[in-house]
Amino acid sequence: MAQATNFGFGEDEAMLRDSAIKFFDDNCSPDKLHGLVAADSDVNRSNECHWQQSLWQQIGELGWTAACIPEAAGGMGMPLVAAVALAEEAGKAAFPSPLISTFNASFVLTAAATDNANKTLAEIATGRAASLAITNEKGSWEGSDTDVEFIDGKLSGTAYFVQDARKSEILVVAAKSAAGVGLYVVNADSTGITIEADSIIDLTRDQAHITFDKVSATEVAAAGDGDSAINQAMPSILCITAADMVGTGEWLLQTTVDYASTRIQFDRPLAFFQAVKHPLVNVMLAIDAAKSLTYNAACAISQEPENGEKLARMAKSAASDMAVFSSSRAIQFHGGIGFTWECFVHLFFKRQMHNQVLYGDAKYQRAKLADLLMGKAA
Amino acid sequence: MADTAPANATATPTDTPEQAKFRAHCQQWLATNHPGQPTVKLPQGALELSDPAALAWLQAWQKSAYDAGLIGCDYSKETGGGGLTNCQAIANHEMLRAKTPYLPNIIGLGMAAPTVYFHAQDEVKQALLPKLLSGEEIWCQGFSEPGAGSDLANQQTFAEKKGDSWVINGHKVWTSLAHFASWMILLCRTDKNDKYNGLSYFVVPIKAALGKGVTVRPLIKLTGETGFNEVIFEDLIIEDKYRLDEVGAGWKVAMTTLAHERGAGMLTTPSAGGLVTEEEKGTAVNSAAALIQLAKDSYRDGKTSADDPVIRDAIMQMIIRQEGFRQNQRRIGAKALNDHPMRLPLQFKLVATEIGQDIAQLAYEIEGIGSSLNVTDANAPGGGQWPLAYMNSFGITIAAGANEVQRNILGERVLNMPKSK
Ligand SMILES: Cc1cc2nc3c(=O)[nH]c(=O)nc-3n(C[C@H](O)[C@H](O)[C@H](O)COP(=O)(O)OP(=O)(O)OC[C@H]3O[C@@H](n4cnc5c(N)ncnc54)[C@H](O)[C@@H]3O)c2cc1C
Repeated sequence: MAQATNFGFGEDEAMLRDSAIKFFDDNCSPDKLHGLVAADSDVNRSNECHWQQSLWQQIGELGWTAACIPEAAGGMGMPLVAAVALAEEAGKAAFPSPLISTFNASFVLTAAATDNANKTLAEIATGRAASLAITNEKGSWEGSDTDVEFIDGKLSGTAYFVQDARKSEILVVAAKSAAGVGLYVVNADSTGITIEADSIIDLTRDQAHITFDKVSATEVAAAGDGDSAINQAMPSILCITAADMVGTGEWLLQTTVDYASTRIQFDRPLAFFQAVKHPLVNVMLAIDAAKSLTYNAACAISQEPENGEKLARMAKSAASDMAVFSSSRAIQFHGGIGFTWECFVHLFFKRQMHNQVLYGDAKYQRAKLADLLMGKAA
Repeated sequence: MADTAPANATATPTDTPEQAKFRAHCQQWLATNHPGQPTVKLPQGALELSDPAALAWLQAWQKSAYDAGLIGCDYSKETGGGGLTNCQAIANHEMLRAKTPYLPNIIGLGMAAPTVYFHAQDEVKQALLPKLLSGEEIWCQGFSEPGAGSDLANQQTFAEKKGDSWVINGHKVWTSLAHFASWMILLCRTDKNDKYNGLSYFVVPIKAALGKGVTVRPLIKLTGETGFNEVIFEDLIIEDKYRLDEVGAGWKVAMTTLAHERGAGMLTTPSAGGLVTEEEKGTAVNSAAALIQLAKDSYRDGKTSADDPVIRDAIMQMIIRQEGFRQNQRRIGAKALNDHPMRLPLQFKLVATEIGQDIAQLAYEIEGIGSSLNVTDANAPGGGQWPLAYMNSFGITIAAGANEVQRNILGERVLNMPKSK
């Protein structure tokens, strides 16, 4: 019981979250979101990246990207629960932005803890967007698996599944050389970088594979130290992803409850029927467990880091299962209208389905957790 | 205060000064006054108590914990309590950590005490609560009837006013611990023309009236154990002072009982032992972590069950659900992380009982054919406790408002969905 009862979520964190609630209320109604990201329903639509850069500027001014960056690196030094709360609100709005990718990049840089890493963190703290280019073609989540090489001081090769790549100014790249995996920072618009957008299902973010052709880069973790920095940051990354799902899940729940309470069939609101009511209660139970597990893991990462990975895998597992459940019930209980492009629900459904597999689905997390709690299987 | 605590005392950073002092007291007392291994065979929980010797052993434990101030600490001094604020949760936590036995007067502490405390006349509560809290007098709950289960307001047991007294006739079922009880909290009808406003609430001295208007008959559970009963009232006469609140206010009073029964009341129920106490031993029923050891000790397909990826995944699911439940309880205390004040408290009963049931069901599978052996079979793995726990788990997914009804309550009161009736 070394951890605080309030999960370390104090007045400052609550104030920050309240500013986020207001920001999303003012700027990001589902209606606007749909107009922004889903204007074109053509299956062969061009692969454009829809987001509002002006809102991202405001976020920089509000200090969100600085919140959890250590004070020594120019940030506000708040505990991870602060970023978790922001990610939860961003999820509730299915907000298209590089907020999550920037948080995740900053966790890896914080774990790297070199002077160069701190310099990049200071830039992120001023509101520059960043993303991690650390995943290989097979979609492995292991810190040691990268297809990019660092040879003679230059990056070559391709990084896959880079989140919000086209919104990010800074890339944190994992690359291997004879001495092992190191981490390198480059500006996304450097010569030799080709960003090729993936055509993805989730309309509220973008994703790309990025090819490096002999690109000069700044080393932020020496060869051999990169994968351990990624592994050390992974619990925080899992928490943030889980928080996004918790927020998105809550939007799906409340929206579906409202719909089922007003739509009349058989002379009664749909939610009169327990075949509708009870699963929605089950969605609430799943959201609450995932939420408590996420705050618990985030609190542990700040206060007793030795338990961080274990608790973060619990949170991501619970949140991933909840993401599938909350989004599937939302579509189902909206009936025919829920199956249309014009209904907002699919935006949140697709965000959940993206998040549930990102950084490993529920079963992957549980396999990792079992190794931690039970030892490897014979 | 620090100098009174034992060397290994752990304070919790968020304790108030009163709580910190009280926690140190609990730790110190428990360090030397744990009752040790029971000298009699105890059932898994208090709801299956049937052996008077087992009851007596547990009553002695409850009395000593009460005398030390660990039980009823949030009740006023006039009613036999400790006069403290928010300290029962601390005592519960320390008793859980010290792995003490459970408390026998479970219905009394969980349901009768808060109801009497909030609704009885001063004279009655001062007379009855001290012996309830100490466990010297066992209490039972007379709510359910053959025709009034989930539809609790459909009460047919009738109380008729005659002069200054009430005459009671009717039939209660599933009355846990009535066979040991001195007192019953009774919900019954005083007006046949108004379903909800025609109910009234009494405390009834049933032991004193055995054979004189009260008959208690045991009912046998599907496990073969007993613990609950049917109770028949035939022209039982009780004094008016035993009425709680106004005539016709029975439903409102019953809401106090039910809120506490579901873990969502104003007062924290004293509790000790039970869930997760024996976790580390790997033998405890109800603990997801115990499944790991069980899997290491069980075999399937030539390997230990702990090497089977499907079993590993299933165990992790249970561990995650149980941790989620624990963290929900913690989050109740973090006001800023609760949008709706009743959303988590009202989930308590539903989630706790379903997790317990699913853990036991998984243990049943992990044990394999060994789980076919009853507790009475010398070869039953783990003494047959897991299959027994699985069977008994239905008692609590049904009792205290069946879980389907809990889902209605959550849907209607928390999510504001239209009522299903
Ligand atoms: C071990 C045990 C101990 C008990 N101890 C006590 C005690 O000490 N005192 C006491 O007063 N009572 C006690 N009870 C009784 C308990 O409160 C009732 O069994 C319970 O309220 C359910 O009522 P019922 O048995 O009549 O089932 P029913 O109400 O007939 O329900 C049967 C099934 O139908 C479902 N159902 C009912 N209504 C609805 C609805 N509206 N929507 C959806 N599903 C519905 C239920 O969930 C349940 O699954 C105990 C029961 C058990 C099992």
